Amino acid sequence: MAQTRAAQPVRQTIPAPNKISLSLTVNGVESKLELAPWTTLLDALRDHLDLTGTKKGCDHGQCGACTVLVDGRRINSCLTLAVMKDGATITTIEGLAKDGALHPLQQAFIDHDAFQCGYCTSGQICSAAGLIAEGKAKTPEEIRELMSGNICRCGAYPNIVAAIQQAMERS
Amino acid sequence: MINFQYSRANNVADAVRQIAAHPNARFIAGGTNLIDLMKEEVERPSRLIDITHLPLKGVEETAEGGLRIGALVPNSDLAYHPLVAQRYPVLASAILAGASAQLRNMASTGGNLLQRTRCSYFYDTATPCNKRTPGSGCSALTGLNRMHAILGAGDACIATHPSDMCVALAALEAKVHVAGPKGERSIAFADFHRLPGDTPERDTNLGADEIITAIELPAEGFAKNHTYLKIRDRLSYAFALVSVAAALEVDGDTIKEARLALGGVAHKPWRDLRVEASMRGRPAKRETFMQAADELLRDAKGRAHNAFKIELARRAIVRALTQAAHGTPQSQACKKIR
Repeated sequence: MAQTRAAQPVRQTIPAPNKISLSLTVNGVESKLELAPWTTLLDALRDHLDLTGTKKGCDHGQCGACTVLVDGRRINSCLTLAVMKDGATITTIEGLAKDGALHPLQQAFIDHDAFQCGYCTSGQICSAAGLIAEGKAKTPEEIRELMSGNICRCGAYPNIVAAIQQAMERS
Repeated sequence: MINFQYSRANNVADAVRQIAAHPNARFIAGGTNLIDLMKEEVERPSRLIDITHLPLKGVEETAEGGLRIGALVPNSDLAYHPLVAQRYPVLASAILAGASAQLRNMASTGGNLLQRTRCSYFYDTATPCNKRTPGSGCSALTGLNRMHAILGAGDACIATHPSDMCVALAALEAKVHVAGPKGERSIAFADFHRLPGDTPERDTNLGADEIITAIELPAEGFAKNHTYLKIRDRLSYAFALVSVAAALEVDGDTIKEARLALGGVAHKPWRDLRVEASMRGRPAKRETFMQAADELLRDAKGRAHNAFKIELARRAIVRALTQAAHGTPQSQACKKIR
C-alpha cells in the first residue's frame, strides 16, 4: 500500500519573545521567575525551582506522575503553562510533610506498601490529596474511579486504594 | 513545541480583537488538548491568547427555565454543580465518564467542544492525514481503524469526535453562544460540529475569528429517565468505542419524547431525528428499542477493524434505552452494566 509522506508545511520562524515575569507560591514560598511562555509548570518546578519530586512520566497528561495541587485542585502540571498560573498557590509532594511529620497519605503509603519503584508515587499522593479534598469518593470503587488518572506500572493499585482509604478515615 | 508569543485577553471584545489581529493564534483555556497537540507539533500557533481571565465562569438559570453555562466553567465544576446534578444528570454522568479527575479540573466547557479527534494518524505528523494536512490522504482508511467512525464518514476522513460531554449536550439540544467581530450569535448544538465531507480539517462551524462564550441548556433535562452508557477498552480513562446518551419522557408505558445521541461512532455526536420521532407514541420496551437501533444503524459502514462497533452500538442503544426507561441510569463509579 503506497502511502505518500505527508507534505509538512514550511516552519514559520517565530522570534523568541522576551521572557515573562511571574510569581508562584510553591509550598508556602513565593518565587519570582522569568520564563519563556512555553515552559510547562512541570518544567518550571523541576528545572527552575529544583523541586524534582514531581515526576515527568508521559508528558502528555496520560500517566498522572506530574500531578500537583494548584489553588487546592489537582491538575496535570505537564499540560499547564507556568505563565498561565502567575500568582497561583502550588503544593507539590515536597510541601505535604509539616514540621518533620509525614502527611497522613505519605504515612499510609508506607504502612500499606503502596509502591514498588516509586516513580508514580508523588503524583499518586498529590492526586489522593486532591481526591480527599474534593470529598466525592467514599467507597473503594469510587476511589479507583477517581484515581484513574494516575497509572502505576508496578501494579500497586490494591495497596494504593487501601492507603487512601486509611488516610481518608483519619482525615 | 515551537516557540510562540503569549498574551492575555482582558474581556471578550479584547479576545475577539486579538484573534483577528493574529490569524495564526489560538485561544487557550484549560489547555489539556491544545498543549498536547502543540507538543506533537500538530498545532503550531504563532501566539497563544490566554482567555482564562475572562468573566465566563458562571452557571446561571435562564428566564426560560434552563441554564446558561459560562465557557470557562471547568468540566468537574459543571458535573458536580447541584443544578446540573439534579436537573441534567445525563450531562453530569457524561462528563464524569470522560478523561480523569485532573483533566476534568483543568478542561473548560467551551474547550471540550473544540477538542480534536484522537485518531492516531492525526497525531502522527509522519503520516498522511486530511484533517491535519488537507489533501494528503487518510491513513486510517487502510490503516488501524478500530476506533474509527461507522456513521457519516467518507473517504476523506473516518475520525471520530472524542467528547463524552458533547454527546449529552446533543441529546439535550443545547445551544452554543459565540461572539465574533460581527457581534454575538447562537448555534444549535446539532449544527455546531460538522461531518467530514470534503473538508475534514474543519471540525465545527465556529468561525476562526469567533469565541465560545456560553452553553445554554433548555428547561427539559430528562432527569427521571436517562442514562449515559459508555463502552470502552478499559473501565475508566479511555475514549469510547461506542457511547449512548439516552433520554426519555414516558407516560405510563408510552414514549412521549425520545432523545438518542451516540459518541465514538462519527465525526460529531450522532443523532437521527427520524429514529427519535418513530419512537414517540410507542411502548417503552425492548421491541421498540431494537427497531430504533436497527433503523439508526441502517447505513452504518464498518472498515477492516471496526465492523464490530455496529453490533456493539446496536446492543448499547437497546441497553441504554432500557436503562433510561427503567429509571436506572448507568453509574460512572460502578461499571457493572445492568
